[in-house]
Amino acid sequence: MATPEQRVTERVEGAAQPPANSEPAPKLTFEAKNVSIWYGQKRAIEDISLNIISKAVTAIIGPSGCGKSTFLRALNRMHELTPKTRMEGTVLLHGEDLYSKTVDPAIVRRRVGMVFQKSNPFPTMTIGENVICGLRLNGVRNQKFLNERLEKSLRMAALWDEVKDDLHKPGTSLSGGQQQRLCIARALAVEPEVILMDEPCSALDPIATAKIEELIYELKAQYTIVTVTHNMQQAGRISDYTAFFYLGRLIEFGATTAIFTNPTERQTEDYITGRFG
Amino acid sequence: MRSKRTDNHTWRKIKSALASTTAFVSAILVILPLGLVFFHLLINGISSVNWDFFTKLPAPVGEVGGGMANAIVGSLELLAIAGAIGIPVGVLGGVYLAEYGSARINSVLRFLADVLNGIPSITWGVVVYGLIVLRFKSFSALAGGLALALIMIPLILRTTEEVVLLVPNGYREAALALGVSRWKTIVHIVMKTASKGIITGILLALARVGGETAPLLFTAFGNRFWNHSLHEPIAALPLQIFTYAISPYDDWHRQAWAGALVLVTGIFCINVLVRFVTRDRGASVA
Repeated sequence: MATPEQRVTERVEGAAQPPANSEPAPKLTFEAKNVSIWYGQKRAIEDISLNIISKAVTAIIGPSGCGKSTFLRALNRMHELTPKTRMEGTVLLHGEDLYSKTVDPAIVRRRVGMVFQKSNPFPTMTIGENVICGLRLNGVRNQKFLNERLEKSLRMAALWDEVKDDLHKPGTSLSGGQQQRLCIARALAVEPEVILMDEPCSALDPIATAKIEELIYELKAQYTIVTVTHNMQQAGRISDYTAFFYLGRLIEFGATTAIFTNPTERQTEDYITGRFG
Repeated sequence: MRSKRTDNHTWRKIKSALASTTAFVSAILVILPLGLVFFHLLINGISSVNWDFFTKLPAPVGEVGGGMANAIVGSLELLAIAGAIGIPVGVLGGVYLAEYGSARINSVLRFLADVLNGIPSITWGVVVYGLIVLRFKSFSALAGGLALALIMIPLILRTTEEVVLLVPNGYREAALALGVSRWKTIVHIVMKTASKGIITGILLALARVGGETAPLLFTAFGNRFWNHSLHEPIAALPLQIFTYAISPYDDWHRQAWAGALVLVTGIFCINVLVRFVTRDRGASVA
């Protein structure tokens, strides 16, 4: 007799590989295996196994406190900044163990960029300085290279036309949505392989949100994107794959269309139809 | 019925007026001493503040004129020595408390810093006398500067810690998420964001020790002439004021008033500078 926990795990393991309707197996960016994280005595996520497909948008949805941000932060070791965290399981980035003893978390974070819920351009820096500060603080001095990267990153973040004449103004002088795109440009400037987004639109108005969503859609041609959201319509609009977390567990994972139209789990269906959360 | 309501209303108005008048008078009482001190110094001291005061050495007893040039320069030298020791130690210690260390050890350190802040300043003079002056068998500028630095350190430490803690965590996370190392994040992002607060703390600490007399009595000792070496006794404005004020000569009394006026004006200027530094609240916190 399998316990309910085991059954869930089995289903998850089964579901972790998205339905293979495309013939060649999709390339994987992350492979998380049996990841559990504790904050002190409290277990935030439990035994999560989830594969993130390259050059696609994966959305993690679920009610507040379900561990979706914790899982996201485990993908670039940001959760280690919280005191008294403990982790079990493995996370592979392109087959490499992110948590091996020889890996420097700073290098992991250079490869796996992050955009936060609250836009946080550095208040002491201009718009331009904000974009290239990651490169500068990592020792890049070549001004020509920095200028090129500055323009390229701002263009990719769809902000160049709005700020190209104001690069010397403080980063905090921009509007909320522009600040968030500035933060995306800042993350892009260090040329990461993946971009994690922790509810990037939850503090923005609908127009600014639409711009960010459009941007995410464009970025996925070049980047793997993992985004946390508790806005289900947004997950439906922007993501290719959706993972539903509940109470620290992965309940269901699959192609977004399948999750939203035909969830296999009762809890997923209840959440998506707004019966709880 | 109606008249009673009106009565009530009147009584409330009287109470309100009473309360605001008391608050106003209290506020005046707070500012009054500052005004009186400055006024008194101005009346008694301004006549002796002249070019000679800033350029000449103290005149021997009985001779008219002379100045406090050596004491003014001496005070600046002492502040420079104190700052050279006290600013780095205080700032780095404060950053350590805010950014590193375990919560338990930090709360002990914080408590000890608060205890140090409460120690009477003359104690530092005695400590440095015992540690430095006795060992090297000489009063010295270095000993005086060290005594002032020891007063500055816990002050700067606590203000630095507080303003560094005010920097929102989002900036640290943003920098770390770019793959920037911990110490670069602290130096280039956190300390830069808190720089106004840190500078304010440093200036206020300098203003505080600039007027200290007691810790210099057994360390810098005072000097009627120019100081030529950091290992020799050195004059300081507060010391000179102290010496002149307790002397029996009217001439020296006038010089003491002038010295006090210059000292208070200097400290006032530092405080104005603090206001100036913190004025632009736009870009950064604290």
